[in-house]
Amino acid sequence: MATSAPGLLGTVEGFVAALRQAGVPVGTSEVIDATRVVGAVDLLDRDQLRAGLAATLVKRPAHRPAFDTLFDLWWPVAVGEPVESEADQERAGVDVDALRDELRHLLLTGDDEALRRFARRAVALLGRAETQPGRQSWFAYRVLRSLSADTLVASLLDALLAGEPRGGLAEQVARQAVRERISAMQAYVEREVRRRVAEERDRDQVARTALRPLVDEVDFLRAQREDLTAMRRTVHPLARRLAARLAARRRLGRAGRLDVRRTVRASLGSGGVPLVTHHRPRRPHRPELVVLCDVSGSVAGFAHFTLMLTAALREQFTRVRAFAFVDTCDEVTRLFGAGADLADSVARLSRDADLVWYDGHSDYGHAFEVFTDRWPDAVGPKTSLLVLGDGRTNYRDPGLPLLEALVRRSRHAYWLNPEPQRQWGSGDSAADRYGEVVEMVECRTIAQLAEFVTRLLPV
Amino acid sequence: MWWAAVGDDGLVQSPLFGSADDVGERLREAGYLADAATATTVFLADRLGKPLLVEGPAGVGKTELAKAVAAATGSGLVRLQCYEGIDEPRALYEWDYRKQLLRLQVDRGLDGAADWETERGHIFSEEFLLARPLLAAIRRTEPTVLLVDETDKADVEVEGLLLEVLSDFQVTVPELGTVVASRRPFVVLTSNATRELTEALKRRCLYLHLDYPDAVRERAIVLERVPEVGEALAEQVVRTVRALRALELKKAPSIAETIDWARTLVALGLDTLDTEAVRTTLGVVLKHASDAARATAELRLN
Repeated sequence: MATSAPGLLGTVEGFVAALRQAGVPVGTSEVIDATRVVGAVDLLDRDQLRAGLAATLVKRPAHRPAFDTLFDLWWPVAVGEPVESEADQERAGVDVDALRDELRHLLLTGDDEALRRFARRAVALLGRAETQPGRQSWFAYRVLRSLSADTLVASLLDALLAGEPRGGLAEQVARQAVRERISAMQAYVEREVRRRVAEERDRDQVARTALRPLVDEVDFLRAQREDLTAMRRTVHPLARRLAARLAARRRLGRAGRLDVRRTVRASLGSGGVPLVTHHRPRRPHRPELVVLCDVSGSVAGFAHFTLMLTAALREQFTRVRAFAFVDTCDEVTRLFGAGADLADSVARLSRDADLVWYDGHSDYGHAFEVFTDRWPDAVGPKTSLLVLGDGRTNYRDPGLPLLEALVRRSRHAYWLNPEPQRQWGSGDSAADRYGEVVEMVECRTIAQLAEFVTRLLPV
Repeated sequence: MWWAAVGDDGLVQSPLFGSADDVGERLREAGYLADAATATTVFLADRLGKPLLVEGPAGVGKTELAKAVAAATGSGLVRLQCYEGIDEPRALYEWDYRKQLLRLQVDRGLDGAADWETERGHIFSEEFLLARPLLAAIRRTEPTVLLVDETDKADVEVEGLLLEVLSDFQVTVPELGTVVASRRPFVVLTSNATRELTEALKRRCLYLHLDYPDAVRERAIVLERVPEVGEALAEQVVRTVRALRALELKKAPSIAETIDWARTLVALGLDTLDTEAVRTTLGVVLKHASDAARATAELRLN
């Protein structure tokens, strides 16, 4: 590492290095701007510094969480113990019930600043634990478990509803308010714990472990529940972005035939001399798409996201037909009709469609057989066929000849596999054998999927 | 302490704002409630002489911010509305060729053979130049706010054009020479992020992501815009809108829609937002049938 300048500039330099390490691209000119910002803002106001640095260093909302986490580490709110906690500690033991009462009151009033102070104090009182003899550290889950804010929900709701009947709109709205405040409190606790840990140990190490991957780089197969929710929220924006990119590529392509009428009309303005020619837009090529996807437990997150995205991109295709399978196959196109709620459709997928025939483990061979039998003309010479799945056949017949026949009948065929390429063919995976009959593409993250979709749709 | 805002272009001019708090206060007077981050970023954009790129979902007040800055500083607002297919003649400048043709015909009628040198001087002069927003903003000598609205709708080539104008604040018209800004305009670019703007453009700008505001600020905004609504109802509307935003909707309700909702309730003479009121007025905030159906189910409206 290069020698850093001392003081404020050195801190900015180290901060930028950490941002770059976290995958946030920061250019040299932006660093220069950041230093000019440091000179212009009121340095005693931490929020001003945060906003100023964010304006110069973070140019994408997806990078903002990483920025905030690192900012808290490089410019901590305070150093050492919060002032209030010393008085508390003099009292023997920690009165958890009193803390919970206070928390309940704070969640009810929704005073943000007080909640932040409370989180700081709660961490000082409850968060410390011995990891090994003689070594101490700070843990967020200890604090959150002792406070167990979730058990306060019922009494908070009672207080917020103030006698209004349960079960209706008022309760849902109140629930949302409570949920927001509790998660704000949890975020404050986690932030404070990171601060304390960083103070006692290596800041760089905390910076490395505290960062979560960006939403479009989360591995489908390792995604946790909240990751999947975050991913689903990106479906519509992503579809819009992809559609815009495709449209732009279309425009950049060669212009179509001369539009005589518009050219002549425009030439009247220049005395009958056609200075500018006008062309008809070329008709875009829109493939017919058949999606055949494995929705068994192991790849559910991936399949659901991909189905939602293809449905959201419906206007880019003349026709989308979706088929889902576990060990038998059923058409699920009706669930993704125009105006349908995509998240809802995915929830109905497993309930309404007939997907399980024998034991609910993937059986690619049987699924291909049923597909070919029941919908023999689904795949034709205009169709792009998309198979989604990990190719793990549970050591059953992979049905290679059936797939090969499907691929031969289609115009294009691709297989999207959410497993990393090096695992293809290991264990019960038939991915390597499938890869010989159909082009198999690794598709582990939203970023890779978006990349594939733009390639799939030729202009 | 006296400050001079020196931009990358070396233009020296006195800044519009004294401090971030000053920004917040003056924007408030102009009817725009800015949070601390917005106020700071506007302050820095002015101080560092950099364009301000504001990105965020539709209806969170991006365009309003530019208008409020103009109102707060007494500047004139020059607006360039971007759309698919906007090009140089619409954004920068254009020669008025109809007028030029007329002029040529008139000259021919007068003495038959005008020589080319004088003729060129005639038809390529200020008189025949149509200044479009970018050139107009640069030529103004009064304080100016230049708003480039919905930059993401424009094609990538237009961004190249913006780069030149926004980094040097000058425009070259081959026949006339280079027009340099005598006074740097305060530039605001807005984008709905339907496509990723190029890195080059983002690098030259200060970036502000405007999102839905927190409950306290949103209530204040509603009360500011629709004072008749009253504290209690404003609180109810804001909390209900936040519950709606938490659902997975195609189009989450924006601030503009919250304000519309408050207005609707006032117009209907309702003083509380109960299930019945929400059900009848849901169309004001949710614009997709599937969103309305989802909200009805999740919020137990039936």
